[in-house]
Amino acid sequence: MASLNEWILSLLVFIPLFAAIVVLFIPRENERLIKLSSIAVSLVPLALSIYLMANYFTAHLPNGGGMQYEVKLAWIPQLDSYYHLGADGLSVPLLFLTALLSTLGLYYSSFTIKKRVKEFFFLFLLLEMGMMGVFVALDYILFYVFWEIGLVPMYFLIGIWGQPKDRPRYAAIKFFIYTLIGSVAMLLAILAVYFQVGTFDILEAARLQPFAGQIGIASLVFWGFMLAFMIKVPSFPFHTWLPDAHTAAPTAGSVILAGVLLKLGAYGIIRIVLPTFPEAFSQWSMVIVALGVIGIVYGAFICISQSDLKRLIAYSSVSHMGYVMLGVGAAGAGIAKIAEPGMADSMAMAINGAVLQMFNHGIITGGLFFLVGVIYERAHTRDLSMFGGLSAKIPGYYAIMMVVAFASLGLPGLAGFWAEFFTFRGAFDIVAVWAAIGVIGIVATAGYILYRIIQSVFLGEYDPHKIEHWTDMRTGQEGHEPTDLAGFEKLTLWPLVILIFVLGIYPTPLVHFFNQAAQTIINAL
Amino acid sequence: MTNLIYLIPVFPFLAFLAIVLFANKSKQLSGLLAIAGIAASWVISWLNFFPAWRSEHFYEHPIHLPLLAIPTGETALHFGFVVDPLTAIMMFMVPFVCLMIFIYAWGYMGVGKPELLKSGHGHDAHASHDAHGHDDHGHGNLAAQHAGERGWPAGPENVDPLASRFFAYVSLFATGMLGLILADNLILLFVFWEIMGLCSYLLISFWFARRYDDPRRIRPMQAGLKAFLTTRVGDAVMFSGMMLLYAAAAKLTGGEAGLTFSALFKPEVLEGLQHMAVPLFGNMATLIAVLIFFGAIGKSAQFPLHVWLPDAMEGPTPVSALIHAATMVSAGVYLIIRMFPVMQAGATPALTFIGFIGAFTALFAGIIAVAQTDIKRVLAYSTISQLGFMFAALGIGAYVAAAFHLITHAFFKALLFLSSGSVIHGMEHGEHHAHAHGEHEVASFDANDMRFMGGLRKKMPGTFIAFLIGGLALAGFPFITAGFWSKDEILAEAWYSITHGHGNGSLALFVFIMLVAAAFLTAFYTWRQITMTFLGKPRTVSAAHASESTMPMVVPLLILAVFALLLGFVGVNAEFPVLGPLLGGNPFHHFIGGLAETLEIELAHLPFSWTPVLFSLVVALGGLGLGWLIYGRAGKGWQTHDQLDPVEAGMRKMGLGGLYNAMRGKFYFDELYNKIIIAPAMALSRASAWFDRTIINRIVDTVGRFGNWLAYAFAGFDSRFIDGIVNGLGSLANRAGSMLRLVQTGQGQTYLLVALLTVLMLLALFAVQIAGIGVVG
Repeated sequence: MASLNEWILSLLVFIPLFAAIVVLFIPRENERLIKLSSIAVSLVPLALSIYLMANYFTAHLPNGGGMQYEVKLAWIPQLDSYYHLGADGLSVPLLFLTALLSTLGLYYSSFTIKKRVKEFFFLFLLLEMGMMGVFVALDYILFYVFWEIGLVPMYFLIGIWGQPKDRPRYAAIKFFIYTLIGSVAMLLAILAVYFQVGTFDILEAARLQPFAGQIGIASLVFWGFMLAFMIKVPSFPFHTWLPDAHTAAPTAGSVILAGVLLKLGAYGIIRIVLPTFPEAFSQWSMVIVALGVIGIVYGAFICISQSDLKRLIAYSSVSHMGYVMLGVGAAGAGIAKIAEPGMADSMAMAINGAVLQMFNHGIITGGLFFLVGVIYERAHTRDLSMFGGLSAKIPGYYAIMMVVAFASLGLPGLAGFWAEFFTFRGAFDIVAVWAAIGVIGIVATAGYILYRIIQSVFLGEYDPHKIEHWTDMRTGQEGHEPTDLAGFEKLTLWPLVILIFVLGIYPTPLVHFFNQAAQTIINAL
Repeated sequence: MTNLIYLIPVFPFLAFLAIVLFANKSKQLSGLLAIAGIAASWVISWLNFFPAWRSEHFYEHPIHLPLLAIPTGETALHFGFVVDPLTAIMMFMVPFVCLMIFIYAWGYMGVGKPELLKSGHGHDAHASHDAHGHDDHGHGNLAAQHAGERGWPAGPENVDPLASRFFAYVSLFATGMLGLILADNLILLFVFWEIMGLCSYLLISFWFARRYDDPRRIRPMQAGLKAFLTTRVGDAVMFSGMMLLYAAAAKLTGGEAGLTFSALFKPEVLEGLQHMAVPLFGNMATLIAVLIFFGAIGKSAQFPLHVWLPDAMEGPTPVSALIHAATMVSAGVYLIIRMFPVMQAGATPALTFIGFIGAFTALFAGIIAVAQTDIKRVLAYSTISQLGFMFAALGIGAYVAAAFHLITHAFFKALLFLSSGSVIHGMEHGEHHAHAHGEHEVASFDANDMRFMGGLRKKMPGTFIAFLIGGLALAGFPFITAGFWSKDEILAEAWYSITHGHGNGSLALFVFIMLVAAAFLTAFYTWRQITMTFLGKPRTVSAAHASESTMPMVVPLLILAVFALLLGFVGVNAEFPVLGPLLGGNPFHHFIGGLAETLEIELAHLPFSWTPVLFSLVVALGGLGLGWLIYGRAGKGWQTHDQLDPVEAGMRKMGLGGLYNAMRGKFYFDELYNKIIIAPAMALSRASAWFDRTIINRIVDTVGRFGNWLAYAFAGFDSRFIDGIVNGLGSLANRAGSMLRLVQTGQGQTYLLVALLTVLMLLALFAVQIAGIGVVG
């Protein structure tokens, strides 16, 4: 299987592109074939990513826990740019997350997307390619190209398939420009690095430590990267594009946006910024910690007074991604004290927590956006004041929402808890006061999950006069009563529910991946 | 056999899964699964408990069972189960009480009775429309109208429509509680702790649609929310303490990240914590002890987080018995007993805090209980008060006494709650019966309200005996009840501290005075409750027509009653005249005390003293006697349902009406918290949302518009002259606009073109930037 191991990452990236091109050549009238072929082909990267995970620890690890499955070929020699791919414990689970959510998104969309089917599937597959590429690229130029490829399809997904009343055009342009501003800053930073160390290789640049000892210019470059990544995360105060984009995007678009696209930013911080600019990171870590904690608390408080279910979950993403910033920032703050006993472990736990939060937020919030889609397709509204008493009417939906919502709340026994646990375990050792403020977010999160979502949708009395027409997703007919989950909805949600349970009870395998990557990063500092 | 211990929390979890996934269509099957699951856990628990109890030095060789490890940097978190004497006594109590309550719940939820089928949503619509008016059904109309609907109580003649869901929830709860007592480290304990919190929430708001004629009365769903959020405050503080503890302990043990209880309690860790300076608190040990105690304050409903527990009574009564009396709320006490070495390392400040909160809560809740009329809320306040006894005991170092009271209290309080549930069912039967026979009930009737009861001893003799035994145990009736022995031991320890200067004498004095007063009130309000409920004559037609509950409900009561009487004899002071030696010389103290020794907890060797026993005797008999004087004598007490409470009348006469109002109004803590916490939090939430929309977003929009404007303004200029970032911003805004027009053309090929063009455009931009950087660099 040596040859497969060599090409597996390339296959992961380009099979979605291949599928996209196949879709282009299918006549637009043949929607069934478009859907079938997209879903079928997308199963290949999913299978490959599972193979990658299963094989990761059993495979011979030539690189001492570093990059595996590496490929390095000359690409644009004039620019010193290489086609350099690789995956380590940080990227492998994120590749699986991307493949899983993409497949589920395609599958769910094949039942719910009614207009411009061909374009939708084409763009969705292109998006998958961009995301996969970011997680494996080890060359700055390549990274940048994939980063931008992820941007364009999302812009169209929001702009075309958004609900007219949610101002999709405004949301799409806002998303696009905001991200592009970050991209420009990142590009400048990449070039600065290149002119300093003379390579576009991400690992090599980190090894050479550009601008070491020149804290002024290092900070400038550091913030160039950070601006791009913090907009994408999104970190407070660059988060306002997110609620608009989420509200407007179609269900599967929201799932991918929350589940994977936001992770690109956090991934960039851990893959590029932390190893490459440890001095500047250490210098500015308290700013990152503070923004993270503000994000946690501020986002959670905003959620409490939202009336649109989807917007609420979008803001909850702001809050939850704050944990990622807190964990990463805490790890940065630990750099200065790394020689203290237990500090390296605490930093590893902070990073593990942040990355676990990335992964778990992906499956949990991805699940939540699917669940919003489920109720919206039935009721044609997301206004929380229109619901009530649904736990008696649609118990299957209620049960799944309970699992996912309580995972989002950080209930132990479900996936979300371990991320919070490790983040705070690391952060309390390094930045105790900020971590203690962040704990307020835990309480506020319980507030909006229970008070806003569970209570207003599922508890209380069902009032048949509020929503007169419910769509039955099994038959497509209109009725006067809500109906429970259809088969395709169950099939979409069950994998996520099972993952949430399994990772809540037995997180060890996943933490193994992340811990190994975190160890490698910390040892290099 | 010890390996079977792994299965103790697994069986109820399997029952939970089986009910949720397969069995929920059949209520009987669901109930059977739940009972079978907990019964299996009970059998395994007792099979392991009794050998441990009999083994001479069990504390020296506790059973360790590893579970799993999670990597953390160079080290790992190791999770496992442990059975030591403390876990063992919990293994004696928890699964057995759970089993009794599960069997009771079979009867209480009406499994086996017919379903009451409702006629679809047309009826719902009708019901929700005339919800607020009194129709010709008379009193209690809402519950009667909605009986048989999901999320409402079913009424006495029918099975609850969501009974399967109920059994799933309680099974999950049992998993949480059993896992908690087995956990060998604080993190795993916290995991199960929170799972119980979830189940508590689900079960309090079990009747999620229910509301009352009085719109100010808290609904079950609101009570559940209140319970979860209040305890979550305590949990969050405790979580902070845990994180600090593990971070500090890792430093002290050379980087060991995951520590079991026994590793945590090593002297080098505890002393190391005391040597870490912390502002305000002095040292790390004190800070951590106080923070962790907040978890117990929340979970065990101690002042100032006590407000949720009385409202938690909105849940079905088996839940009140299980979660809010016997097991979950006492998990807070269990936590502090378990973590006692850390509390002790927290030294005088931490222990004083614990003792003060406990003693204050014990009396405070007792005072409120005197003025309550809801049968379950009186018991709820008495639970808060009794848990306060246990914390007060821990504050003065009475480790064994706290554990002892925890166990006896669980039995007699579960008994009291189950009996009260039986009473409520009986009253509902009576109401149903009266209604069927055309008799009208008083308008404000409430089956939980003791003012409408009276004389039930004749209608419900089994329940009466059970309640009487439970009540006497709660009141600490001398010698023959378990409550007397466990309460007496706490007072004895306090007395010993005062007289022998052992530990913190002034705290002990405070604890002694508060607990004696609280014990007196306990006896007093217990007799008031017994009188109002069972003695005298029926005060309403419902009470007159009440009937005894079914066998699945009454039999568990009688079994628990036996324990409420006899269990105290395992903990009688060895030097107690006659009884001490006769009862085996305090085996309980021997069993738990051994554990305390291995943990280096200083236990006082308690010589027998008559003074605290006399105090116990006087307050128990005095309180019961005063209750009898005020409520029990013929012609006194309650004659009609709408008369004033004699205590209220007396207090008003003395000009203390305001105080009585405050007692009945629970000293207005709900109102206070609404004003100083809930309302500001909601305002902050709205302010944040406003700030986000109006300030941050407007800045973003303005910048965007400015960029667009710039792009037009400089349209004729050569872009080389324009600063890179502004250029990017402006022209990209423009380009995005034109791309949007392409959106309308609707051709896939165009989009690919756009995507590729974008990449090319960026590459071009990038070429420009190379030149730019070249100039800068």
